[in-house]
Amino acid sequence: MSDAAGATKQPWEALLLAVAETGDRDAFSRLFAHFAPRVKSYLLRQGSSPSQAEDIAQETLALLWRKAGLFDPEKASASTWIFRIARNQMIDRIRRRKRPELDPNDPLLTPAAEPAPDRQASKQEDIAAVRSALAELPEKQREVIMLSFFEEDPHPAIAEKLQLPIGTVKSRIRLALARLDTLLDRNAHGES
Amino acid sequence: MDRHHHLPDDLLLAYAAGSLAEGWSLAVASHLTYCLSCRQRDGALEAIGTAALEEMPPEPMDAGAFEACMARAESAEAEQPGNVVAGSNTPAPLRQYLGCDIDAVKWSPLGGGIRQHLIETGDETRARLLFIPPGEDVPQHTHQGLELTLVLAGSFADGDEEFHAGDIEVADETVDHTPVSGPNGPCICLAVTDAPLVFRSWLPRMIQRFAKI
Repeated sequence: MSDAAGATKQPWEALLLAVAETGDRDAFSRLFAHFAPRVKSYLLRQGSSPSQAEDIAQETLALLWRKAGLFDPEKASASTWIFRIARNQMIDRIRRRKRPELDPNDPLLTPAAEPAPDRQASKQEDIAAVRSALAELPEKQREVIMLSFFEEDPHPAIAEKLQLPIGTVKSRIRLALARLDTLLDRNAHGES
Repeated sequence: MDRHHHLPDDLLLAYAAGSLAEGWSLAVASHLTYCLSCRQRDGALEAIGTAALEEMPPEPMDAGAFEACMARAESAEAEQPGNVVAGSNTPAPLRQYLGCDIDAVKWSPLGGGIRQHLIETGDETRARLLFIPPGEDVPQHTHQGLELTLVLAGSFADGDEEFHAGDIEVADETVDHTPVSGPNGPCICLAVTDAPLVFRSWLPRMIQRFAKI
């Protein structure tokens, strides 16, 4: 957990585990420095005012601290964990809606435990791989995927923004997701 | 992917992004409890959202933000894992709405032995539990919008397709169907719509006026 590793390999999981295990403020300050400004930017993009975005970004990171003990690196990357907290704060505070959520400890969960080897191999949840696949998407496809994460009512909003029929927006999103799957698959197998 | 028993990407993407309305989200979260393949897809779509977050141009935080955040973080106890209810037959997100298991809810009769229990949502979606006695037809109906039907107990058949506990049927306005509950015990399902069902015969229409389906 050296600074050098932090700068290059971004071991967010190790930092978050240090927060969970020893209340490591230095580890937390590095998570804060990287994620708080991105969470704030995400909230501004969702239509919140600068003061609300600042407030919710602080709250998101404060929740990260309090929830650190629940983080399980076998189940999600640290950045996905932060994305979920930020998204749920956004829904609750900006959109004022409820979001029913799966309980990962629900005894009804079928199958109860997902096999660890599959989890390790899940290229679709490797954020670096997803980012490089997104960068390879044609710009028009990349755009509709990103907008899907920023709009309250994405299909009509994207249709208006891009001056496209809703049907075209939907089919473009479908094509983009399929293309992303292909890219992730191909990149995971080391072909180019 | 069997699109009749699993959730399509457009619903899962909206759920992962946080733009899916409450009633649909309740059906999605409840189905995810039973379905590894949809959980994995949800994970893949959340990874795209995470990538989008990572790509955001950083917006500088106010001076003193870290100290303010630390003060907030330490002003409350660390979160503990939620209590799980062993032996429950009801997915946790649904149980939160019902306040109990599906076999303890209060039912209102709809006729023909069919009963319903309305679930309050904060938006335009309409969610309800349906109780259908064994071998009973749900009257033939079409939809103006989308209908999600998640089986919680028993089973039903729609045409040649069977749906068992945990399976979800995704029906839109192009589907004109008469689901039939299976022979072994009553079928209890969570049904979510965003528009009234359109029944094809006059008797259910009478019921509909009273039952707010």
